[in-house]
Amino acid sequence: MSAAPAFADRATEAAVGRSARRLAPGAVRLAPSAAPALVAWYTVAGPEEATGPLGHAFDERVPDYAWGESSFERTERKFLRHATQGVLARAGWTPEEVDLHLGGDLLDEITTHNFVARELGIPFVGMFSACATGGGVLAMGALAVAAGAAERLLCSVSSHYYTAERQYRYPVELGVERLATNQRTATGAAAFLLAPAPPGGGEAIRVTAVTWGRVRDLGVKDPNNMGAAEGPAAADTLLRHFSRPDAVPEDYDLVLTGDLARVGLPLARRLCREGGLDLGERWQDAGVLLYAPDQPVQAGGSGAACCALVLAGHVLTAMARGELGRVLFVATGSLHSKTTYQQGDVLPVVAHAVELEGPAARPRRGGEEA
Amino acid sequence: MGAALRVEHGVDRRRYQEWVRAAEPRPHVAAALLRAFLAGGMICTVGQGVLNLLRASGLSEKEAAAPLAVAMVFLGSAATALGVYDNLAKVAGMGAALPITGFSNAMTAPAMEYKREGYVLGLGSRVFSVAGPVLVYGFATAWLLAMVSWLLSRVGIHWGLAG
Repeated sequence: MSAAPAFADRATEAAVGRSARRLAPGAVRLAPSAAPALVAWYTVAGPEEATGPLGHAFDERVPDYAWGESSFERTERKFLRHATQGVLARAGWTPEEVDLHLGGDLLDEITTHNFVARELGIPFVGMFSACATGGGVLAMGALAVAAGAAERLLCSVSSHYYTAERQYRYPVELGVERLATNQRTATGAAAFLLAPAPPGGGEAIRVTAVTWGRVRDLGVKDPNNMGAAEGPAAADTLLRHFSRPDAVPEDYDLVLTGDLARVGLPLARRLCREGGLDLGERWQDAGVLLYAPDQPVQAGGSGAACCALVLAGHVLTAMARGELGRVLFVATGSLHSKTTYQQGDVLPVVAHAVELEGPAARPRRGGEEA
Repeated sequence: MGAALRVEHGVDRRRYQEWVRAAEPRPHVAAALLRAFLAGGMICTVGQGVLNLLRASGLSEKEAAAPLAVAMVFLGSAATALGVYDNLAKVAGMGAALPITGFSNAMTAPAMEYKREGYVLGLGSRVFSVAGPVLVYGFATAWLLAMVSWLLSRVGIHWGLAG
């Protein structure tokens, strides 16, 4: 490891007299020299996602839910296989050159990832934060690269509408009327590659800060209203992130949460305003962006793939083009199981935030950049 | 950040529940009732057509009841297998769930779903995963009513089943 510290807390302490970790628990800023680069990303989108407003942005668009497989669980693995192999091919890396693969999905025992990891042969750790897994794996991956523990790192998430329906709700062909608060589990997979940034940063998109989620709840027990349940997780993570003296809302071009959707987003905004944080129009939600209002998705999208598809297909591309500079990606998830909600327990929720800076990022006004 | 920003938003569960209730979109009850009435009525009209055919073939109304149920269960099951019934139910709601075709859908859908785990541990053990409660509480209610009916008959009140 190099002598330079990977994390910027000591600098913050010098600037404000207190460690930022005590001001904002769980919020970690990487030292500028250690911030790793997002080298490549790759998306595989399902039928409803491919025909949505962001459909053009995805690398592969799959026209049907089975995709030639004999079960939807196998189809989800095929989505993930295409995403991971696609991203490795894009960067010209072979699996043998990758130090670590972090990934997760919604299925019991994270089976989609464990099976695909068995084919890839890259050292693998499965992670589960339900729909917030994308934030969790990117954050953990960035810290692993910043700390020098991995030089080439693969992150991935996947979800499939029909595998999630079957696990959390009902058999696929059962006639059930949807509620207006229901969200549709996105079908798709996204994969990302992380590596140390080239000296000076250059044109790379870098992960510059991470704010870990705390598991929260504000008493929502209804699994048909996950957006409302996840609002408190998003608000908690955002309030802690922006409590750091070096985080100022005006420095961000976009705050992308996922997946609060149309019911949860206004609730989370209201919670943040109660805490004194108003992010205005720069705060958008992946569950709202992924589908058009006339698609059969009720309140919007959800699922581990939802916010990851929007981040990779839409946001990172815009950052690479210089249309967006600094972005805060806040993946939200509900950590319930079918057993816990049937036993009447609340939906525990979590949100992990990852701050990204592209070549167009303006210098930060807040804090201790020096 | 300025002094106004706090790490905790300070909103408690009771207050948030009020927000959530106010934020939930109101269901259009009248439109849902109308859709359920039209779809349910459509299914019942098909049932009446089948009954008329059975009557025309010489069966009495009582004799036609069993073959009618079989025919409607078959139609519900076939529509489920063709992937039509769940789409109908998304629009029709209770109008598709309440007729006997809905019960057929509740049996066929898990059968299709869990067949992938094999015919014994999959289809065999989980085919009642949706319809099971209907059967359990249907049988329990039938037993309870028969008991009541029998007890009433002992004190000279003849009502319904035991009559």
